[in-house]
Amino acid sequence: MALTLTREKAQPAIVLRSPGYWQGVLARLSRDRIAMIALIVVALLILMAILAPYLAPDDPTRGSLARRLKPLGTPGHVLGTDELGRDMLSRLIWGARLSLVMGVVPVPVAFVLGSAIGIIAGYAGGLTNSIIMRTVDVFYAFPSVLLAVALSGTLGSGLTNALVSLTVVFIPQIARVAESVTTQVHRLDYVEAARASGAGSLAIVRVHILGNVLAPIFVFSTSLISVSMILAAGLSFLGLGVRPPDAEWGLMLNTLRTAIYINPTIAALPGVMIFITSIAFNLFSDGLRNAMDVKT
Amino acid sequence: MQTPPAIIDIRNLAVTFRGGSRKVRAVNGVDLTVDRGEVLALLGESGSGKSVTLRSLLRLHPKGTLIEGEIKVAGQDVMRLGRRALADLRGGTVSMIFQEPRLALDPVYRVGDQIVETIRRHMPVSRSEARARALRLFEDVRIPSPESRLGNYPHEMSGGMLQRSMIAMALACDPAILLADEPTTALDATVQIQILLLLRELQTRRGLAVVFVTHDIGVAAQVADKVAVMYAGRIVESGHIADVIHNPRHPYTQGLLDARVELAQGSSRLRTIEGAPPDLSALPPGCAFAPRCGRVAETCRTVVPELHSGSTSVACFEPLRG
Repeated sequence: MALTLTREKAQPAIVLRSPGYWQGVLARLSRDRIAMIALIVVALLILMAILAPYLAPDDPTRGSLARRLKPLGTPGHVLGTDELGRDMLSRLIWGARLSLVMGVVPVPVAFVLGSAIGIIAGYAGGLTNSIIMRTVDVFYAFPSVLLAVALSGTLGSGLTNALVSLTVVFIPQIARVAESVTTQVHRLDYVEAARASGAGSLAIVRVHILGNVLAPIFVFSTSLISVSMILAAGLSFLGLGVRPPDAEWGLMLNTLRTAIYINPTIAALPGVMIFITSIAFNLFSDGLRNAMDVKT
Repeated sequence: MQTPPAIIDIRNLAVTFRGGSRKVRAVNGVDLTVDRGEVLALLGESGSGKSVTLRSLLRLHPKGTLIEGEIKVAGQDVMRLGRRALADLRGGTVSMIFQEPRLALDPVYRVGDQIVETIRRHMPVSRSEARARALRLFEDVRIPSPESRLGNYPHEMSGGMLQRSMIAMALACDPAILLADEPTTALDATVQIQILLLLRELQTRRGLAVVFVTHDIGVAAQVADKVAVMYAGRIVESGHIADVIHNPRHPYTQGLLDARVELAQGSSRLRTIEGAPPDLSALPPGCAFAPRCGRVAETCRTVVPELHSGSTSVACFEPLRG
């Protein structure tokens, strides 16, 4: 923040044609080293997923019982092989595709729907708030895993259904955050000041509520990406999400669990990938929150 | 009728909050008039209904609040205005400044942008015209290097600067009436004087009618032409500021004057008014000040005194220096 201040003081004349809000966010973000490293990691993971067919040294589904659970550094299989003798490196590279899709896709959808529900409830207040939020609470009362399993079980297995059920799991969580920040913001003086200057409800929500509320909801939502990946893994394990032999990190982690006493390093590899991915998303979202916050 | 009608005319205003199970009568039969170019100070302690009265002029109360009585502002009947007309009145004809400028400006937008937005809400001007107008307003409220200050976020400004920006924003659409809700309370003493002088200057230059809510009788003396002292949702004394200060007739006004910090010198203790303000959901049947009053008589406890006009109007059965 100190950096920003000195920069703005150094060139005061630019103000009337000042850079837009997002330009400022980008400038601040690019100065945050940790966030930039996290962003590079995320970008590499996405690139890896897209280029999987070219990067993977082997077919991720072709196994051989002759070379099961080879350790790290085996010639031809740098990261060893899994319990069916498939090349781990290839499976990890291919696995990025489904894992990223299942981790990332439900969150933005839930972000839009959950924010809308929460903001409406928070702004309306009173009875409307009670009706919406108590309905949301019914969903929130179930543990995430249980709800996701119940929904996927009802909808049937498959990638799309797993995505739908994960989205439904996240909507109440995001809606609750959105509702609480909206309720706080909408009691503040500047909302009353806006009303006193003739702003209608729509303008107040669009300008003052959204402007103050989206950043915290956004940051909370990005932290759900890692949760989403874990839940997706759980669904796959139960045969409700991705099914073998497709490669997905969560599924791999679960099928390799039997090998944990024989070759623990191999069994841990998908977990390492999930760990790296979720840490990168979390650190990046932290950096984004700092960059988006113009208040302090 | 040679005199032009008052720009603010409130008759028998009563405001009741119905949040929760209890009804709270925050304002209880208030009559007020303010002429064009006149400054009225509403004086009273917390919970006396002064801010509620002020907000009634724009119908800025939470949902479910009952407002009774007549409110006429600049020839319009505020009680009967539709949504659209009310929005035009707010910020257009009547605008408001708040106690805590740090909270009254949105922290995530540049101050200049907030003023531009207010201007464009009420005036059919382009963005660049609105910006030029905002710049002139910043010059009017004496903000140094106004051009760069327009691009500041609220947290980059000091309290005094923010209150100046707030005033600029309030004056953005040339209102006829300015409502000020304790605009100097949150500021330190030196800044307070500057803001008061600025308000007084802008008021004279623009011929504004101002309703100024304060609990500080010294501040009222600085800015106001007239003063109305409120207690428990009623006006207990009103009149020209000099008359009320030099010749208070209501015991409560006298108490407020005695309680000024400036009077306590050296080791002498501050003089206070004994007791606490009444519970607004259970007002006593008679004069609300009777339980704390040194001159209380038998009638005070049973009958609510009317506001009798004289050199100053006073609602008391036992006024001082009748």
